[in-house]
Amino acid sequence: MNKSTMALIRQWRERLFAALDPTLLQASLVLTLLGLVVLYSASNADPFKVLGQVRNLALAFAAMWLMAITPPHKIQRVVFPVYVVALVALLGVALFGEVSHGARRWLHLGPVRIQPSELMKLALPLALAGFFEWRGKTLRWTDFLVAAMILLVPVLLVVRQPDLGTALLIASSGFYVLYFAGLSWRIMGGLFLAALASLPLLWHVMHDYQKKRILTLLDPTQDPLGAGYHTLQSMIALGSGGTLGKGWLQGTQSHLDFLPEHTTDFIFSVFGEEFGLVGEVVFLIAILIIITRGFVIANEGSTPFARLVAGTLSMTLFTYTFVNIGMVSGILPVVGVPLPFLSYGGTSLVTLFTSIGILMSVHHHRKLVKQ
Amino acid sequence: MNTQLRNPQQERWDFQWRLRLLWLLVTLLSLLLLCRLLWLQVISHAYYHTLAENNRISIVPLVPNRGLILDRHGKVLAENNYSYTLEINPAQSADPETVIDQLATLLTITPSDRKLFQKMRDETHGLAPVTIRSHLQEEEIARFSVNRYRFPGVEVQARMIRNYPLGTSASHLIGYIGRINESDQERLDDEDLTDAYRGTNNIGKLGIEGHYESLLHGTTGSEQVETDAAGHGVRSLQRIAPISGSDLILSIDAGLQQAAEQAFGTHRGALVAIEPSTGEVLAFVSQPGFDPNLFVDGIDQDHWNALNDSPDKPLNNRALRGQYPPGSTVKPFMALAALTLGRRDPHTQIFDPGYFAFPGSSHHYRDWKPGGHGLVDMHLSIVQSCDVYYYSLANELGIDTMHDFFTQFGLGQKTGIDLDGEVSGLYPSTAWKRKRFKQDWYAGETVISGIGQGYVLVTPLQLASAVAALANQGVWMRPHLVRAIRDSSSGITRSINPEAVRTIPLKEADLALIRDAMVDVMRPGGTASQAGAGAPYLIAGKTGTAQVIGVRQGEKYSESQTAERNRDHALFVAFAPADHPRLAVAVLVENGGHGGVIAAPIARQVFDYYLLGRAPKAAVEVPDEQVDDGPH
Repeated sequence: MNKSTMALIRQWRERLFAALDPTLLQASLVLTLLGLVVLYSASNADPFKVLGQVRNLALAFAAMWLMAITPPHKIQRVVFPVYVVALVALLGVALFGEVSHGARRWLHLGPVRIQPSELMKLALPLALAGFFEWRGKTLRWTDFLVAAMILLVPVLLVVRQPDLGTALLIASSGFYVLYFAGLSWRIMGGLFLAALASLPLLWHVMHDYQKKRILTLLDPTQDPLGAGYHTLQSMIALGSGGTLGKGWLQGTQSHLDFLPEHTTDFIFSVFGEEFGLVGEVVFLIAILIIITRGFVIANEGSTPFARLVAGTLSMTLFTYTFVNIGMVSGILPVVGVPLPFLSYGGTSLVTLFTSIGILMSVHHHRKLVKQ
Repeated sequence: MNTQLRNPQQERWDFQWRLRLLWLLVTLLSLLLLCRLLWLQVISHAYYHTLAENNRISIVPLVPNRGLILDRHGKVLAENNYSYTLEINPAQSADPETVIDQLATLLTITPSDRKLFQKMRDETHGLAPVTIRSHLQEEEIARFSVNRYRFPGVEVQARMIRNYPLGTSASHLIGYIGRINESDQERLDDEDLTDAYRGTNNIGKLGIEGHYESLLHGTTGSEQVETDAAGHGVRSLQRIAPISGSDLILSIDAGLQQAAEQAFGTHRGALVAIEPSTGEVLAFVSQPGFDPNLFVDGIDQDHWNALNDSPDKPLNNRALRGQYPPGSTVKPFMALAALTLGRRDPHTQIFDPGYFAFPGSSHHYRDWKPGGHGLVDMHLSIVQSCDVYYYSLANELGIDTMHDFFTQFGLGQKTGIDLDGEVSGLYPSTAWKRKRFKQDWYAGETVISGIGQGYVLVTPLQLASAVAALANQGVWMRPHLVRAIRDSSSGITRSINPEAVRTIPLKEADLALIRDAMVDVMRPGGTASQAGAGAPYLIAGKTGTAQVIGVRQGEKYSESQTAERNRDHALFVAFAPADHPRLAVAVLVENGGHGGVIAAPIARQVFDYYLLGRAPKAAVEVPDEQVDDGPH
């Protein structure tokens, strides 16, 4: 091999991988590998499940890389169209969605089945950030009003599906953008009070199964076969795992099928049962490294859009982690939220790595855009 | 809040500040999670460890008793009996085949028991105990108990078994329960009922059992049981009692139902008897029936094949799902349409030369009576079931007018009875044909619709509710089977109110005219005079015959020369007493031949039983001298 070829290879490697932030990449890889190990156990040693997840990962990494090499201002160009598409898809769900488990969440487009609320999880914060960037130097209170509309319309559509959990998560990601964009403390205080005041109203419009989940949280033993069953079994799994865990593939709770959804929403209890508190701390630290790195990247972002997006996506990652672990450990009600990096499933994985790709892009292009 | 002039430096600073604040929140919440996990996994570890490892406390579902199904007089149609079953848990026993061979030396185990066991074992993937024998006798239990030590993983269990004391009677109506299969499970998952069915093995599949599953099932309770090392319960820690399912009181009169079934003898067919003023269904017959008890433990292959492959199609619910041409039973309604719409005077006489033909056409629409009825007015047209009168009437009314009129009586529409799987039948219209076949409607199709042939298809249930509406002064009541629901815990019985769906605008004088003609159908000179003979009450009836195979122009249909399965279906609709109707009936006898000869006597026996309390004699048989072309 001559020198020029070497240089060419180096040049290409540079071009291909330079955008990939090492800290984010390494932490993600560690978590991803951990996820595959746990998934193998959670699926009762089903190699096909793991292969399926590897396929999802390939897709997710491609998405991450694509995002990382795309400068933020280019991403910014597509956020509105993506938001509109997601909104139309949500409307489509409301009108002709497929009913499953008593809720309308899926949309059939030919052979493909999509859950537009998943797309909205990413589309909404990006669109809001894009909106604030577009409004530029001066922000009027009317801008925040328009932003609230951009936020509320999709959230209400998801509430109607009904999928209160996802709606709250989407709302929270939108709220982070408003927060980072400088929503005044007085308004945030007011919103907080309004939210408190509307709790009884919310209770009134909640579905029975949702009320049951809340009541269950207060006393899981009330309904040990029903809504409380999942939480109770999950707590037994975690608690019996102890400090060091029962060891890989040794979890009795998960392998005796006491645990529900143990490859998706409840995978953390499988993980906790087999790897114990020590494993969980490793997981949490890795997640916190990503979030902290995301905050640092947000701080150095070159444009308001880049900053808002980076801050919000990092915070959203934390929200999902917190809500999921809170749910399986019995301090939050049961909502269908996948745990980042561990839960089986293509959509959530692609969304997650797209977010990480965007963080990398913000970092990589921090100096490329003129101030 | 006014315009905020934003200084980039100020903005960056503010953003940084907000980031730090959130990072602090992230740290705090992470610590909160950590504390929770610490509490679960370190401080309470011993507690959860015991729960998980020893399985010291197990949560046992308490399965509720299924609600009973009773007839209107309280006669039990579906109940729960204790029965002892012998169950093998493949996970704990030796090789099941060997175990069964050894068990067979102690108690009778039939090949069908073995087949059923194999099937259930495959379905449960060997993870759950599977029944090898049910309905154990005391003596068999004793014999097994002595030898129990030889059979680890084999247990005698007392289980509630659904029992249908009437056997094949009313089987299509009551339905049955059977094992929860994969599609049931999917449905339960979809409806978020998986928890509610924990511990329940069976689910209502058909009939009342299927339609009222949610009421009959009840609410599953639970018990937290402390267990010893061997997994046997020692003491109950917390108990939430199950709530039994509601009892259903049907409008069915079991005596009448059985009388009607008996009247059918070996004939195939359906009968629906409705109380006109309420829509309550008093008898709902589809013959032949099947024994629903066969399905409760899971039906074995031999029985299933026998039922499924039988040419008599005993699993077919003919009353609800059978679609037949109504034949001449539509004639009173046709006449009523002519009167109501003022399209033909009742005294107008039509000349019937034995056929109807369009001007200039050589195609003959034949009357059932060779040579015709001569001059026929409306009354006579019903009494003698003159076809030509209705060919010409249909031609005058037009198919869309007929469609609109018959639709009011519920023909071609689901009645909405409280059973699943009802079919709608069909009453055609020009719009329907254009949509279905993308073709224009032909006048000839109108003509044959006038005598209930062609595209027209009805279910016996529809026909019965249409006749009930006729008897009920044009008020169409929704037919229903459950009369009252008894809450098992409170004992409160809640009645289901009759539902008057629509009042068809009809004139009393017109109704009286039709009724009088239908009464004369049952009198000498009428097409069902034999069936009407000697009745101490007035019956208003109409016979019908529906063609199964077409008869070519110039050919003659001969019953004796037609294979049994291709013979005409016999129909009969009636209500009685005609002056004060208490019961409306529709009878269909598949391949029975003539309505007046075979179907009407069945209805007569049903009326006699209901109105006079007279049990039916033997099954109706076709008299020998009446085997050729009779009235339609």
